Amino acid sequence: MSVLTTNYLTPTGREEAWRFTPLNRLAGLHDGSVAIVDRKSLALKGATPAGVRFSRLSRELVSIESTSQDVVVQRVHAESTDVVLLEIAANTQVPEPIFLNRTSGGLIGAELSRVRIALGAHARATIIVENSGEAILGEDVEILLAPGSHLKFVTLQEWSAGSVHAARHHAIIDKDASFVSITVTVGGSLVRLLPTVEFSAPGASAELLGVYFATAGQHFEHRIDIEHGVPRARSRVNYKGALAGDQAHTVWIGDVFIRAAAEGTDTYELNRNLLLSDGARADSVPNLEIETGEIVGAGHASTTGRFDDEQLFYLMSRGIPLDEARRLVVRGFFAEIISQIQSEEIEERLMTRIDDELSKAGQ
Amino acid sequence: MSTLDIRGLEVSVITEKGPIEILRGVDLTIRSGQTHAVMGPNGSGKSTLAYSIAGHPKYRVTGGSITLDGANVLEMTVDQRAKAGLFLAMQYPVEVPGVSVSNFLRTAATALRGEAPKLRTWVGEVKAAMSALNMDPSFSERNVNEGFSGGEKKRHEIMQLELLKPKIAILDETDSGLDVDALRIVSEGVNRAKAANDLGILLITHYTRILRYIKPDFVHVFANGRVVEEGGPELADKLEAEGYAEYVGS
Ligand SMILES: Nc1ncnc2c1ncn2[C@@H]1O[C@H](COP(=O)(O)OP(=O)(O)OP(=O)(O)O)[C@@H](O)[C@H]1O
Ligand SMILES: [Mg+2]
Repeated sequence: MSVLTTNYLTPTGREEAWRFTPLNRLAGLHDGSVAIVDRKSLALKGATPAGVRFSRLSRELVSIESTSQDVVVQRVHAESTDVVLLEIAANTQVPEPIFLNRTSGGLIGAELSRVRIALGAHARATIIVENSGEAILGEDVEILLAPGSHLKFVTLQEWSAGSVHAARHHAIIDKDASFVSITVTVGGSLVRLLPTVEFSAPGASAELLGVYFATAGQHFEHRIDIEHGVPRARSRVNYKGALAGDQAHTVWIGDVFIRAAAEGTDTYELNRNLLLSDGARADSVPNLEIETGEIVGAGHASTTGRFDDEQLFYLMSRGIPLDEARRLVVRGFFAEIISQIQSEEIEERLMTRIDDELSKAGQ
Repeated sequence: MSTLDIRGLEVSVITEKGPIEILRGVDLTIRSGQTHAVMGPNGSGKSTLAYSIAGHPKYRVTGGSITLDGANVLEMTVDQRAKAGLFLAMQYPVEVPGVSVSNFLRTAATALRGEAPKLRTWVGEVKAAMSALNMDPSFSERNVNEGFSGGEKKRHEIMQLELLKPKIAILDETDSGLDVDALRIVSEGVNRAKAANDLGILLITHYTRILRYIKPDFVHVFANGRVVEEGGPELADKLEAEGYAEYVGS
């Protein structure tokens, strides 16, 4: 255990940021009671494309661009020994997705992993992070987008049953750069992700998309935080979740701040939850704070509902049995977002997983 | 040869304020190859009858019976009714986000036929059914009824009728919202299905216009939740001329 432990403010569960999280299931990531193992589990899959550099540097060689109030992120910053760097040179257009793979590390000891992704001016790329297997992982990914660059950042949380994953994915977006993130959480015991965004110049845009499906006993939490601190930036958030089974719990927080300087802001956030059985609970808290009236638009919506009887009736009236009709409706619910990964292979894998979760939940 | 037999059917709609009685003893018998037109004022319970036959969960049958060739339809789940040979073309077809028409049709055909149709012949079958109804092939990649115009939804219903080949079809105001050309195209689709499968038809409509294309053998006047008069095709012309005043307000 690290000697730095005493410097942290260990959360009690009463804090706004922690009030939904079952701290006793964080495996000690929040209070330092877990042993840290130097695993270096993140690897680049396949050959390195031209204009792309994948490396590891000692932590003091890579500055932290954005500090965090989150104790797990603070631990990652202080205790990870090195930083994984993925850099894409200016004007590089990477034609195929870059896959980053996390191999299973087991459930004894935790990994603290710091990652830096940086796109040079006018670079374009898709990065897909695949998390699967067993792990206890504290993670901080800083994403720096230079002017005019574009990144589609996909993270797949396909963890197996006992895994615990607490992470921040923080994007800093410069002038006319655009960031699309797609966060998929379908596995693990406890997953707590902080997709956060700050804009550093006008004309920047961020689209945060996500899907999650929690079954019995799983806790999936996504806390979005978007800081509009400069004029004329645009943000869109669309997260869709499904829950089935006893004690399935999801939390979605959408904090959007429009500061006084952020004239011309255009933002909209949406969270929709589908409750597929009793005993599951979806918390959904959109929160918009506006300090200037000179904006293009700002809005949010949050809905939590059950299966639409009319849809099920329509499908069944064509001979489709109930369980199959439910499967179609759930797949359809998620398709809007999953199809935007634009990978048939991943789409089919995720849909199969969703089918499995649905049938496991006894639907 | 199939017979759908409706005897003394009483149905309530389930609302938040409790059940409301709508159908008060409906008697109707539809056999293969026959076309029955049902006409009646707004709110008289025509769609309630259609939904009750199909098994919509919003309606509760409180009396009477529905049988198909002697089998108790009321004991069947919604999908079992379709498998037994019943089909409902809805007045307001439902949008199903994220589910493509092609996936939907194939899933339905697989369920009804008991095995997945051979991909080759199936694609041809769907294409033919679409072009017969003047539907652009791009509809198969769109989500079920999502963003379809009123007329496109109705064509989509009749396309399913042709593909899924039921024994008895209930067409609930299939003609509403169709332009003159679409009315003819859709009617031809219904007539093809009838010729191909000796289909029995219960056709709910407000207008005699469609009856010029789909010739009814019987016309039933529906008012206050029951059939109040029956006759041949000439009854439809009388209704068009005189309205329902004679049948309501009793
Ligand atoms: N949820 C409900 N609450 C109250 N009344 C209802 C509800 N659903 C249906 N009804 C009533 O049931 C009656 C029958 O409706 P139905 O849709 O069967 O009529 P219809 O004959 O098909 O009319 P139209 O010609 O306008 O299509 C109507 O008076 C309608 O208002
Ligand atoms: Mg009606």
